[in-house]
Amino acid sequence: MRTPTYVRGKQGWVERVHGEFRNPESLAYGGDGLPRKALYMVGFRQSDLWHARYRESSGDTLYVDIYEGWLVPADSAEGTGSG
Amino acid sequence: MSTEHDHAHDQHGHTHDVAQHDPEAAERNKVPFYGKRIYAIRDLLIEKGVLSRDDVQRQIDYMDARSPANGARLVARAWVDPAFKQRLLSNPKSACAELGIDASGLVEFVVLENTEKVHNLVVCTLCSCYPRPILGRPPDWYKSFAYRSRAVVEPRAVMREFGTELAADVAVRVFDSSADMRYLVLPRRPAATDGMSEEELATLVTRDSMIGVTLAREPARAAAVVR
Amino acid sequence: MARTHDMGGRPTEEPLNLHEHALADWEVAADAVAQALGARGIRSTDESRRAMEDMPAQDYLTLGYYERWVRGTEQLLVEKGILATEEIDRKMAELEETWGVS
Repeated sequence: MRTPTYVRGKQGWVERVHGEFRNPESLAYGGDGLPRKALYMVGFRQSDLWHARYRESSGDTLYVDIYEGWLVPADSAEGTGSG
Repeated sequence: MSTEHDHAHDQHGHTHDVAQHDPEAAERNKVPFYGKRIYAIRDLLIEKGVLSRDDVQRQIDYMDARSPANGARLVARAWVDPAFKQRLLSNPKSACAELGIDASGLVEFVVLENTEKVHNLVVCTLCSCYPRPILGRPPDWYKSFAYRSRAVVEPRAVMREFGTELAADVAVRVFDSSADMRYLVLPRRPAATDGMSEEELATLVTRDSMIGVTLAREPARAAAVVR
Repeated sequence: MARTHDMGGRPTEEPLNLHEHALADWEVAADAVAQALGARGIRSTDESRRAMEDMPAQDYLTLGYYERWVRGTEQLLVEKGILATEEIDRKMAELEETWGVS
């Protein structure tokens, strides 16, 4: 729900581990949000997200906060790292 | 806080020029549908004891007390005190507490340091998440569909609309606040600010520089706007 | 397929409007009521987000920011059985009558 479409199926890296937070998908419907889920700051190269559509610098990056459950290890499943 | 409901009970009926004789009613004429709806909701919640008038006023007072000046103090202190800067970067909430800034409304936040080689920009593409307990309310443009759409795919083009042009070798990092973390940019200290006091430095730190769409102000320009 | 609120990278050439409007009293009230409900534990940030996301696309795209907030607040209050749409309608009509406006 809170994983933006533009990063789905894209490969990035874990830049930071934010810690554990109450599960937003449960909170969104009045649940207690337990058990907590790990939240990660995931980094991507802009060129990997947008390909030719990205016209700015090749060194540019983008970071999104993503909950465990939306991430798979990059070396599994055709190398997709997100979604 | 206006109390339309109370004022209404004090009024006589009137059929002539409302604006002339009853400026408050004239104001109320301008309230759109959803404005009237939230007044109705508010009044019902208070009548039913779900909320008190104080509850609502407290929130208004809370937001009124919050402004970019809080963030500017954090930045200015970080500019003059390298040890504070490290504390601000590693444990922002407790660094706020050091300066008497109440950041308890935040689940957690992250301070992003701009450097010679890296420039940070913050957006919330999914809604309008913003470090309100530190900076107050976000500007309209931050909440706009245009900013939410464009900041992630053309950050420099967006910055250019604010008159910001970065050097070619600077990398841009965009942060999309998609969860409970909130982000605050620590802009670079402008050149030619040696010897300025912390208070003077704080006047150079604009809200927009803490979102990342601009750099902090240069001293010469700041002198022209300080009242 | 992105839902309406999921705007990152949505193709647009719309320039930013840098004008900042002073909040109307009702907008301050919309914000304060939502936050007060949060402080009382009646509404969470995630519920409000979800209410926004539930909004029909046409409404999401045409309503103003605080109008969306009022809609979202009403939806949650009705969902939770705290207020009913009909009583809000009645209260609105009552307020309009007392103010002497239409």
